[in-house]
Formats: sequence, structure tokens, C-alpha cells
Amino acid sequence: MGQIEWAMWANEQALASGLILITGGIVATAGRFTQWYFGAYSIAAGVLICLLEYPRGKRKKGSTMERCGQKYLTTVVKLFGPLTRNYYIRAVLHFLLSVPAGFLLATILGTVCLVIASVIYLLAAIRGEQWTPIEPKPKERPQVGGTIKQPPTNPPPRPPVEVRKKPSVDKEEAATPGGPQVNPIPVTDEVV
Amino acid sequence: MEAPNLHLTMGNWVANHWLSVLFLVSWLGLNIFLFLYAFLNYEKSDKYYYTREILGTALAFARASALCLNFNSMMILIPVCRNLLSFLRGTCSFCNCTLRKPLDHNLIFHRLVAYMICIFTAIHVIAHLFNFERYSRSQQAVDGSLASVLSSLSHHEKEKDSWLNPIQSPNTTVMYATFTSIAGLTGVIATTALVLMVTSAMEFIRRNYFELFWYTHHLFIVYIICLGIHGLGGIVRSQTEESMDESHPYNCSISFLEWDKYEWSCRRPHFVGHPPESWKWILGPIALYIFERTLRFYRSQQKVVITKVVMHPSKVLELQMRKRGFSMEVGQYIFVNCPSISFLEWHPFTLTSAPEEEFFSIHIRAAGDWTENIIRIFERQHSPMPKIEVDGPFGTVSEDVFQYEVAVLIGAGIGVTPFASILKSIWYKFQRADNKLKTQKIYFYWICRETGAFAWFNNLLNSLEQEMEELGKMDFLNYHLFLTGWDSNIAGHAALNFDKATDILTGLKQKTSFGRPMWDNEFSRIAAAHPKSKVGVFLCGPRTLAKSLRKCCQRYSSLDPRKVQFYFNKETF
Repeated sequence: MGQIEWAMWANEQALASGLILITGGIVATAGRFTQWYFGAYSIAAGVLICLLEYPRGKRKKGSTMERCGQKYLTTVVKLFGPLTRNYYIRAVLHFLLSVPAGFLLATILGTVCLVIASVIYLLAAIRGEQWTPIEPKPKERPQVGGTIKQPPTNPPPRPPVEVRKKPSVDKEEAATPGGPQVNPIPVTDEVV
Repeated sequence: MEAPNLHLTMGNWVANHWLSVLFLVSWLGLNIFLFLYAFLNYEKSDKYYYTREILGTALAFARASALCLNFNSMMILIPVCRNLLSFLRGTCSFCNCTLRKPLDHNLIFHRLVAYMICIFTAIHVIAHLFNFERYSRSQQAVDGSLASVLSSLSHHEKEKDSWLNPIQSPNTTVMYATFTSIAGLTGVIATTALVLMVTSAMEFIRRNYFELFWYTHHLFIVYIICLGIHGLGGIVRSQTEESMDESHPYNCSISFLEWDKYEWSCRRPHFVGHPPESWKWILGPIALYIFERTLRFYRSQQKVVITKVVMHPSKVLELQMRKRGFSMEVGQYIFVNCPSISFLEWHPFTLTSAPEEEFFSIHIRAAGDWTENIIRIFERQHSPMPKIEVDGPFGTVSEDVFQYEVAVLIGAGIGVTPFASILKSIWYKFQRADNKLKTQKIYFYWICRETGAFAWFNNLLNSLEQEMEELGKMDFLNYHLFLTGWDSNIAGHAALNFDKATDILTGLKQKTSFGRPMWDNEFSRIAAAHPKSKVGVFLCGPRTLAKSLRKCCQRYSSLDPRKVQFYFNKETF
């Protein structure tokens, strides 16, 4: 279990908890249950949690699959700097957010799930994990023609016609590049 | 121009998948039927008349979703009994492939059932939230309505269990009522277990942190136990038969203020709790699953002899093994356990040996904790060989691959692994002139980022090449390697060494190409070379590639059924 990044699971769990909180909150508010204002709170807390947890952080090893359209939220979450990067803060935040929802039956499932997510985040923080945003890769394509300075002025060195037509006999000899070909002008291998 | 071909392809698809479609439609149909049946029962039935008075339609929603939850909890355990499914597949070995393929989509079905469980759990929980709230309100109501009279029913001490409202006092909160009832407590625990199972089973977590998924998924034991005892409290109450004979709600509900008051008035109704029924649904599958795990344990105890260990470049470990009674077919996979690394973990690996060989082999690549550990253990040459346990083989027996005159095999990335088995088997069959083999020509396309981790496959192609040369059948296998992870260095080297007979990267006679194959060119070339053949196209790779290949198959299949026809088979090996 050594390579597990707990934060990845905590992220899924927190996102699920957010959705559960929103659902429970809507049920309580729409049904005007007793103490339904906790339900209204749950909807707000759930939305906040979903927005915070939607952008997936970057894995330490390997490629990370982004969630659909997460780059807009990534820029927002990135703005908060250490507040969102640090998982201790996230653990505490989730724990605190879950407490008021625990007073209402409709949202208590959200509370339980969010507390579990908070514990997993705490575990991730203890192991030194951090949230790193997934940056879009800068386009590395070099400009076409940027490295071409001038077309070559001399034709490439070619051996006489008879030598060119002879097929290479020794297929196994990998040592001498070029085989029977002798270059009239010394050619340096510029390919790295 | 493409429309007639589309019908052919769709017809092809239906012919291949009709059993799966039938199965799924039946399953969905049963869900709908059970839901409606329970819904109408609780919504219309007379014995729930008084219950509905307090709860309304939420009762019917809760009970209908409960019935569907029972049904789906039963169904979810069955697809993971892979030994049972293997047995079923074996017994219909004389049936054609179409009947056996659905049995391999077991995990897809397992996930579908899981989604259904999640949906019905949501409906069930929301409905019960309304139910508890309404019970609470009617207990606190002082308006003398029928609901409040019904709620006060237990206060009569003479008939003990004749209450309707589980919330007995106006001071009891729904929270208290939930957590002090069996149903409430087991419900919360089971749902939490379900949420944890689902979040750790998301594809991202499952593929990258398999052990986390595997261990957390064992929470299903908690879910099943909680489901079994969930209904013990008998909270869902209906009017008893005798009470209905005595005072039917149609006659007596209006005069509720006078119940038991006079000689001629109605008696108050008596209620009885619904006995738990979940256990009836899940007992069978639980027994099957326990049997399955026992069988896996028994099979795993059978001795596995490791006959050869090969360390390939890029940390790929090949294990050649023998086990009594083990027989495999091409493209199958086994589950491997190494107790010295972890007692509980079983990891799947595609078999890379051919059935004609005397051993069976797997190639293990370092891709996580367990695989790295096993490679490290085998690297230590002086320590005793660790014990290995094997379960299987499982998976598609893709004998279609031998039935086509011309076979086009495409393996992308790690999807190339089952083709090791297939290519070897085709070659053995060809050598022995096996009449099951109809293949006369194979086009093999291998697409990967870099050959590093597949150097062993390289060697396989090399040795196949040599053997074909010896037999003088150089054109039996026509293969192409496409490296998608090239850069200008590699390309430069390739350009310099263009004249060499063997490829500088792979040492194979056929040259490596860079980038992705242009399928249009390839297909038109094959169509031109085999104008009258049936060409089977087999892919083990990503979905996007499957889409473009399917299109190419449609496009290059001739309209004339006697001329070249391409049949696309996407195999999940």
C-alpha cells in the first residue's frame, strides 16, 4: 500500500459527500422539515465542497486524468495558494463544514461521509501529500522554418554511379556505417 | 454508399451481441416490473390504508425501491463468482462463441447493477426521510386528525404490538428514532459502506491504486450483513387481517373519533409489522459467493511449479509455470497471488504462452506496489523460490481468430500481450497443419509509445521471423511496429541507418514506422491484396482506435458480398 496517494481517494470521497449534502439539503428544504435551515446550509456547504474538490490534483507519479472542464476551477482554486494546497487545512475545513449538517437527519449521511473524507485528507497530509494543479502542457512545437537558416548551397556528396548501384553484401556488419560508400568530402555526423 | 454497409455491420453486431442485449433488457424489465408491482401494492392495498394516511406516497416509493434493492443486491454477487461463470462457460463449450461472450462481460454487468443500487438507495433514503418526518409531525400534531389518532395508538397498553407510528412520543426527534432503531442504524451504516465502496471503485482509483480498491471493496460484507438485518424491526406496519374483517378502513376511517367508544362503533385497528424479507433474496448468492471463495482457495492451494524465470529488459519478469490439470486457450488470463507479498491480493495477468506449449507463462511489468515487489523477490537469485498461487484461467476464448482466411491483428500498448499467445498458437497450428486453422495470412500491427517494456515481445517476433524463414514461409506473417513516442533523435538515427537490413531499434527485419498507422492506406492495401477474402480484424486497445477501425472496416468492405469483407471484432482480452 506504500504508493497510495490517499489524497486522490479523499478527493473522490469529499466530492461524493458534497453531492450527498446537496441532495439531503434539497430534500430537507423542499419538504420544509423540522430545522430545515440546516438543510439550506447543507446545500451551500455542498456546493462549496464540490467546487473545491472538482479539480483533481496532479499525481506524484504518472499521468493524471483531468475531470471534464476542470481547468476553469483549477485557476480559481490555485488562487488561494497554501489554503488549498495544504491538506491539513482541507481536513480541518471539511470537518468544520460537516458539523452543522450533523444536526439534521436528512444531511447526516453527508456529515458521516465528509468526516471520513476529512480523516483521509488528514492521513494524506501526514504523509506529506500536497495539492498541485494540473497545468496545461505548454505547446512545445517549434515554429516551422525557425531552424532553417538557408538552403544548402552544395549538393550532398555522392559516390560515383557504379558504387551506388551495388547492393550491400554484408547485412550483419553493423559496425561500419555506409558500407562501400566513401565520401569525397569528410562528413561529420551532426545528428546527436 | 455507406448505408448498406452500415446495415451489414449493425446486423453483424446484433448477431454477435443479441444475448447480452436480451439479458440487459430482461434485467431492466424486471427492475421496472418489481418497482411498479410493489408501488401499486403499497399505494392501493387496503391494509396500508391507515399507514398511507400518515405517510402518503412516500411509503410506496420507499417500499418499491426496497424491493428493487433486494433484487439488485442479489444480482450483484453473481457476476463476481468467476469460477461459477467459468463452469457455465465450460458446460456450453459446444455452443458457439456468441453464447459464451456475455459471460465475460461480468464486470460490466456488476458495475451496472452497482449503479442501479446507488439510484435505488437514493430513492429509498429520500422516501424514508419524508416518512420519518411525517411520522414525527403526526405524533406532534394536536389537531385531532386521523393521522394523530393513529399515531397515538400504542398508548393503549392492552395490545402491546399494535402501534402504527414508530415515533412514540412528541419529544422523540427523528434523529433519535433513526439511530435507536435497527432499520435506521443499519441503513446509515450500509449506505456509508456503499459510498466508500463506490468512491474507491472509481476508474481513476481502481486503475492507479488497485490495492486500495480491493481492500475497501470488502466493505460489501458490512453492506450485506446490514441489509440482512435491516428489516428486523418491523417498522413497516399494515393492518392485520382480523382487524380488517372487524373494522374495514372503508367503513371505519371516517368515524375515527368514535373508535371503541360505543357498542356499535368500529374497533380501533390493529397493526402488524412486515417481516424482514431481504435475507430471502441474498441468502442464495451469499452461499454461492462463499462457495466461490472457498473454491478459489482450494484451487490456489494446488501446487504451482515454476519451471523458468526470465528477467527481460525494462524490468519485465517472465514466469513459466506448470500446474496439474491446467488447460488454457488463447487470450485468457489468470489471477496470481504471492503469499509472501500479500495474503489477500490476487492480481490478473494475461497468459502469454500458447495452449500448445507445455507450460503456461505470464509477463509481469512493474506497474505498482505488488508487481514491483514480485519482481524484486525473483531478482534475488539466491533465495528460495517464493510460493505462487494461481486461479484460472478465465476469459474469452477467442477462437474466431483462427477462422478467418486473413487476420488483421492490432495490439496497442499493453494490449499486445494477448497477441503473444495468439501469434504463438497460430504458428504452432500452422506448423502442425492443424485443420482448425483457416488462416493463411496475418497482418499484425503493434502500436506503442516505446518498445522498452515490450522488448520480450520483440524477441518473440524475432524468433517467429527466424522460424518462418527456416520453413520458407516468410510471407505468412506480415507485421508492422509503430512507435508513437518518437522524437527527432530517434528519427535521425533511423534516417541514417535506412539502408540496413534490420531495424536499429528492434533488430527485426521489418522496419519500425513512426507515428500512428494510416489505416486507410493499410486497409486499401489489404483489400487490394486479398480481393475475395473474408478478413477478420481483431483489436486489443483503446476505444478511439476501435471507432476508427470499425469505420475503416465499413468503408473498405466491398458492396459485393463475394468480394473482400472486413469483420471487426473488438476483444476485451
